[in-house]
Amino acid sequence: MNSAKKSRDSQFSDRVANVVFYAIAGIICLILAALLLYILITGLPHVSWKFLTSTSKSFQAGGGIGIQLFNSFYLLILTMIISIPISLGAGIWLSEYAKKNRFTDIIRTTIEILSSLPSVVVGLFGFILFVLQFHMGFSLLSGALALTIFSLPLLTTNVENALQSIHFTQREAGLALGLSRIETVWKIVIPAALPSIITGMILASGRVFGEAAALIYTAGQSAPALNFSNWNIFDISSPLSPFRPAETLAVHIWKVNSEGLIPDASQVSAGASAVLIIAVLIFNFGARYLGNRLYKHMTGNQS
Amino acid sequence: MDPIKESLLKTSKKTKEEKIGKIITTFCILLIIVMVGAILLFVTFKGLATFFVNKVNPISFLFGTKWNPSLDKPQVGALPMFLGSLLVTIFSALVATPFAIGAATFMTEISPRSGKKYLQPVMELLVGIPSVVYGFVGLAVFVPLIRKIFGGTGFGILTATLVLFVMVLPTITSMTTDALNSVPRNYRESSLALGATRFQTIYKVVWRAATPGIMTAVVFGMARAFGEALAVQMVIGNAALMPSSLTNPASTLTSILTMGIGNSVSGTLENNALWSLALLLLLMSLLFNMLVRWIGKRSSLK
Repeated sequence: MNSAKKSRDSQFSDRVANVVFYAIAGIICLILAALLLYILITGLPHVSWKFLTSTSKSFQAGGGIGIQLFNSFYLLILTMIISIPISLGAGIWLSEYAKKNRFTDIIRTTIEILSSLPSVVVGLFGFILFVLQFHMGFSLLSGALALTIFSLPLLTTNVENALQSIHFTQREAGLALGLSRIETVWKIVIPAALPSIITGMILASGRVFGEAAALIYTAGQSAPALNFSNWNIFDISSPLSPFRPAETLAVHIWKVNSEGLIPDASQVSAGASAVLIIAVLIFNFGARYLGNRLYKHMTGNQS
Repeated sequence: MDPIKESLLKTSKKTKEEKIGKIITTFCILLIIVMVGAILLFVTFKGLATFFVNKVNPISFLFGTKWNPSLDKPQVGALPMFLGSLLVTIFSALVATPFAIGAATFMTEISPRSGKKYLQPVMELLVGIPSVVYGFVGLAVFVPLIRKIFGGTGFGILTATLVLFVMVLPTITSMTTDALNSVPRNYRESSLALGATRFQTIYKVVWRAATPGIMTAVVFGMARAFGEALAVQMVIGNAALMPSSLTNPASTLTSILTMGIGNSVSGTLENNALWSLALLLLLMSLLFNMLVRWIGKRSSLK
């Protein structure tokens, strides 16, 4: 009798718990949906071709985000050009050459520390080293180097994990054929791991694209007018010059909101946020799609 | 020399390639170490100047409650910012943890299939949303909302907590999911075989077994909240005052840093004091790191 009641109680609490778990999952999905809808609904009406291409204004309403958008993409490309080779090398070392000893432990600890450093600290470090010490000034190059520091731990662990997930028989086969170790990695392991490496890189790109704290004092908070017919990369007004100050989209949103000098700050930041979110969504779905496509292509799995 | 002997004595092309490859990859990894070392050294060096050059007493820096570094008689007490950082971190972790554990449990125990199909992408998207966008939404939605409900300006610790809650949720959830997934399957099977319901199994077996992993997840989330700069800076009000209530403007280490560094001249006490704040931030991030390792070590002994 008593035990029957107990069992009924526990079955009841089981059902209640079930409802609670579903509710929590539902609430989280709702939060994301509300967030996305809010940003898109308030932002998209302000997004027009003119908004995307015109220059921003410092004190009047009606400015666009053209230069900031260009800067964000250019900075992302520069960052990736610097950080992909380094992270590939570091990831290969960690996965193929690292022995189980103190030195490797220290390296893993440093990478962990690097990935947990607040991005303001990385930005400040970039400010004093690249901007002041190396006299690079507020420039795309300083920004790209700071972002490299920010993205390296992410990319390196991604490469290492991708390489680790390749079965050791693949390496043995390569070595048995007389390839050197590095050749085995380069010609067999990396191609096999490429889908997940590329997925990870695109996801990291999304993070880099939206990063602002590390850029405020490295790439700068101003976006001088650019002359898009000037292709001399050493000229400061050329869009390709890595030596010019370059405010990115994310920094622009921050600056517009915290300085509040332009009257239509909320419209500009709503529009810019919508653009930023759409870019992040594209990065996310792009990573998934490309990863799947590459995986099928590499493995010949057509299902 | 005869060609066979020569080819036997010379290092082969493959060996050379191998050596070059090894050197290049080792160089890459050393670069990362040098970078981390440089960051730690530079920030420590700059941050200690307040105490060695300007002769500020470290105790009065840590526990001073007044922050007016640009006055004639500058006051540099970091306690308001430190408390601000600590409060938003603790509150956001307190709010986010139950949600995170619930979501992780949903994904691993209750409904793995719809968890993988819906909740996982949701979490990935939440991670991907840039922090300035969270700041902007906080500014546009939460600030007016809090102002309407509690009065005041709407800027403050409560608003920052709400924004940070959404930001740390995916971090804690994904790590908790890993922790729950690594609980051996036979634990669940034996519990169910003893006649326990699913919730009893989750509550008394799975969560208990995964506690160290969940704690690690929470500490990671807190580290992220502590270091988050722009989203918090946009909604907390940036008043370097001792936090007196949840809805008054307050400040964090990161918010004062982002606001201040650009407006101060290098070498002045104001600038040095800001670097000391950066050092404090760095030390806290290292502390969180050590805490994670400590939890990991303790749990691996059992």
